[in-house]
Amino acid sequence: MSPALRHCLPRAVLGAFVLVGALTAYPFSAGATKIERIVSPGGLTAWLVREPSVPLIAFDFAFKGGATQDPSEKPGVATMAAALLDEGAGDIDSQSFHERLEAKAIEIGFTATRDYVSGSLRTLTENQDEAFDLLKLALTAPRFDADDVERIREQTLSGLRRATTSPNELASQRWWATAFAGHPYARPPRGTLESVPAITAQDLRAFVRKILARDNLKIAIVGNIDAAAAGTLIDRVFGSLPAQSALSPVASASPQGLGQKIAIDLDVPQSVLIIGGAGILRKDPDFVAAFVLNHVLGGSAFSSRLYKEVREARGLAYSVYSAVMPLDYTALFLSGTATRTDRTDQALEVMQAEIRKLAETGPTEEELAKAKSFLTGSYALRFDTSTKIAEQLVQIQLEDLGIDYIDKRNGLVDAVTMADVKRVAKRLLEANMLITVVGKPQVLPAVGKSQSPPAKGG
Amino acid sequence: MVFTSAAVAARAHLPAGWLIAALALLFQIGNASAAGPEVANFTLPNGLEVVVIPDHRTAVVTHMIWYKVGSADETPGKSGLAHFFEHLMFKGTAKNPAGRFSQTLATIGGQENAFTTADYTAYFQRIAKEYLPLVMEFEADRMTGLVLTDENVLPERDVVLEEFNMRVANSPDARIGEQVAAALFLNHPYGRPVIGWRQEIEKLDREDALAFYRRFYTPNNAVVVVAGDVTGAEVKALTEKTYGKVARVAEVPSRLRPQEPIPVAVRQLTMADARVAQPSLQRSYLVPSASTAKPGESEALEILAQAFGAGETSRLYRALVVEKRIATGAGGWYQGTALDETRFGVYASPLPGVTFATVEAAIDAVIAEIAQSGITAAEFERAKTRLIADAVYAADNQATMARWYGAALTSGGSVEKVSSWPARLRAVTPEAVQNAARTWLDKRRSVTGYLVKELPGNQEKRS
Repeated sequence: MSPALRHCLPRAVLGAFVLVGALTAYPFSAGATKIERIVSPGGLTAWLVREPSVPLIAFDFAFKGGATQDPSEKPGVATMAAALLDEGAGDIDSQSFHERLEAKAIEIGFTATRDYVSGSLRTLTENQDEAFDLLKLALTAPRFDADDVERIREQTLSGLRRATTSPNELASQRWWATAFAGHPYARPPRGTLESVPAITAQDLRAFVRKILARDNLKIAIVGNIDAAAAGTLIDRVFGSLPAQSALSPVASASPQGLGQKIAIDLDVPQSVLIIGGAGILRKDPDFVAAFVLNHVLGGSAFSSRLYKEVREARGLAYSVYSAVMPLDYTALFLSGTATRTDRTDQALEVMQAEIRKLAETGPTEEELAKAKSFLTGSYALRFDTSTKIAEQLVQIQLEDLGIDYIDKRNGLVDAVTMADVKRVAKRLLEANMLITVVGKPQVLPAVGKSQSPPAKGG
Repeated sequence: MVFTSAAVAARAHLPAGWLIAALALLFQIGNASAAGPEVANFTLPNGLEVVVIPDHRTAVVTHMIWYKVGSADETPGKSGLAHFFEHLMFKGTAKNPAGRFSQTLATIGGQENAFTTADYTAYFQRIAKEYLPLVMEFEADRMTGLVLTDENVLPERDVVLEEFNMRVANSPDARIGEQVAAALFLNHPYGRPVIGWRQEIEKLDREDALAFYRRFYTPNNAVVVVAGDVTGAEVKALTEKTYGKVARVAEVPSRLRPQEPIPVAVRQLTMADARVAQPSLQRSYLVPSASTAKPGESEALEILAQAFGAGETSRLYRALVVEKRIATGAGGWYQGTALDETRFGVYASPLPGVTFATVEAAIDAVIAEIAQSGITAAEFERAKTRLIADAVYAADNQATMARWYGAALTSGGSVEKVSSWPARLRAVTPEAVQNAARTWLDKRRSVTGYLVKELPGNQEKRS
C-alpha cells in the first residue's frame, strides 16, 4: 500500500488488533450505504451493498472451521489447502489458472485462520463472468497436483524455517502452545517443520470436503450489482458445494499456565514479550465494555496508557499494544512490546503496573469519554472503501451480530458506563497472566516472579 | 509466505501514476457518473501546493501533508535525522502543547501517523469530514511552531533506537538489504538507510533537529493532499485560512544530491548472521527513475518488472520455482518513484541443498533470455493490463489515492505528469521492454548480496 514501503517508517506499528466488532453508524448510517440481506434462488444468504460509483466488485466470504479442523497430528493442513485452492482447478492447471486471472487482473485469494477459511475476489465489473467462473472452479474442483503441492509445501517450510529465529514468532508460538496445551488452539496454524512434510494431497482434499460447504458459509458483495444478479452469481459459485459441512467439534477452552513467566533464549538485541490472559467472549454482555476499556489501556495508537508510559515517557519501546481477542472457542486479552534487552525487566514491570492500576481504579471519566468518542467517531473509517465494507460485512456475520449491528454499534459503545468498565477491568485485568519473553539469556528476567494478584472468578 | 524486505517493498510499491490511470479508467469503463471526481491542484501565495481528490462515497477525508525532504537530503554524518525529526513533529507547539493534537484526534475518532522515505516525509490524519478545518489548523501550526526541549527530544531518540532494533537489528533480511543499498550507491545518499546508521542516530540532538526544521519545514517546500468527501473549492478556502497564514521561513532547499558515476564493477557481498534459517540472495541494479529516465524508459521498466518478477506467472518465478525447482520463492521489483537514479531488484530463496551459484545462474539466464528475445506478446499484455487495473482497484481507496499523489509530487513528479501515466503506459512497446532489460539489467550495474548463517570458511573450521 505504501509507495516504497522499504523506506517507510511509520511511527507506530501495533501488533494484533482485533476487529472489534464491526462498527457502525455515524456517517455510515447517514445515508449512502444500505445493506440488503438477499437469499439466492438456491437458498444461500448473502449481504449486499450496492455501490454504483466504482467499477469493481468486492466479494468476500468465509467458511466456519479453520486450523482448528486440522488433523491433530498434522497442523498446517488448512493453511496449505487455502494456499493451494488457486493453484489450478478443473481442467486448468496452476500456470494457466494464474494466467487467466492476470489476463483480466482478477484477484482471488484464500486464507485460513484458526476459526475459519476466508476468501476474497476483486474484479472489474466488466470481467465478472470470468472471475466468478474461476472462483467456482477453485472452490469446487481444486486440483492439488503433486508439483503444486510440493511447491507450496517448500514455501511453507521456508517460512517456518525463518520463524525458528524470529523473536515475535517464538514468543507467540510459545504463548499459544502453553495457554492451550492439548487444545487445537495450541497448534500453529501454519503447521510445524515436522507436520508440513507429512501433509498429503489426500489430507488437503479431505479438508476441503469437510469445510467448504453451504451451511457454514458467510457471504458479502459490494459492487454495482442488484439482488437478482447477485443471487444468480452466488448460486453459480457455491451452489454445487455440499449442503452440510462436517466440522469436528471443538471444545471451549480457557487459557492455561496463567501466572507463569516463560523465558526463551535467542541472541537478539531487542526482546519481545507477550502478556496474555482470559478475555471476554464476543457474545458476553460485557464485551463492548471490555473493548472500550482496552482502548484506554493499549488499544489507542498514540494516547493509550501503555503508549504514554512505555514509549513516550520512558522510550522503552517503539511498539506497545493491548487487545481483546474473542475467538470462537475462547476469548483472550493480549498485550505486548519489543524492547531493549537490558531494559526488558523494566518494560515488563511498567506494563504490569499499568494493567494492575487500571484493574484497581478503572479509567478516569475523561479517559472513558474520550475512548467512547474515538471509537464511535472512527467507526466510519472502516467503511470508506468497497473492499473494507465487504470485509466488515463478513466479519459481522461470522460474529453473528445481526444485519442491524452497524446501526446499533455506536449506541452500544455510548451506553458503556463507568460502572461497566470498572467491573470489566477487574474481570479482565486482575487475573493472573501468562508471559512469554524472547531475548538474550543473560538479561532475561528471572522466571517465576509473577506479580499479578490471584485470579478472581469471571 | 515470507519474503525478503525487498520483496515486500516490491509488492507494496505502486507508481504514483496509477492514480490518474485509475480515474481515467473509472470514466472509461462505462460508469454512471460521467462527470466523476476532478482532481484539483493549486498553489497558495506562500508557495504551498495543494491537491484535492474528491470521493463522496463516505463522509470521511484523508488529509496529508508531504514535505520535500527525506533521508537523502540529510547532511552527511546526520543519518536518520529526517526520520527522527518526523517523530519530533508530535512533540507540541507553543499554541498546542505536547499531546493536544493527538489527544484531539483520539477524541474525535481520527487516525493519524507519519512516514519517512529517502525523498519525502509525510503526516496524515483520517477523519470525519467536518474535522478537516481543525486538523488543518493543527498541521499548519506545527509546520513552523514546534517547541523542542531535551526533555522531549532525548526519550524520543530512545524510541527511534528501539524502532531501529525492531526493523533492522532484529531482522537479518533488513540488515543485508542495508548492505546491498550501501554497496550499490557509490556516491548518492540513497545508500544510507532511511532510519540511519546506529552510531549516528545515537548522537542526534535537539540542535540538529532545530537546524533541520528551519531548513526544510516551510510552506514552499510542502504539498497538502486531501482525498475524500470534499471539493476543490472547499479545500481552497480552508487552506487559505490555515496554511495560507504560515509565512515562508526558508527558500526552497536545493535537492541537488551527489549523483552516481556510471557503474563499472560487478559487486558481490556476503553477510552471515547466526539467526539465518533460510538463506537468500538479493540483487539491486542501478536504473533510471520516473524522474531521471528518458521518455518511455521508466514505463518500460515498470512493465519489465511486472513480467519479469511479479507473481506466479512471472518469468523468474516460473523458471526458478516451478520449472527448475531450485528456489522456494523468487521475484523482482522496480522502484520507479524516486527523485534520482533508483533500483531494480531481484530476490530468491534457494531450496535446501541448492547453491547460490545454481540459483544465480538461473536468474542470469532469465535476464539474458529477455535481453535477447524480449517478452512474449501475452506477457506484455498481461503486465500492462495488470498495471492499469491495479489503478482502478486503488481508486477504491481514498488513502491510497492520496499517497500516490503525494509521493509523485515530492519525488520529482507533477500532477500533469501523473495524468499522462495511462497514455505513457499504453505507448510502451515490447521492444522498449526488451531494450530496458538489455540496457539496464547489466550485471556491472548491480550488487548481489548473499545472506547466510555462517561464512563458508567458518563452517569448515568448526567441523
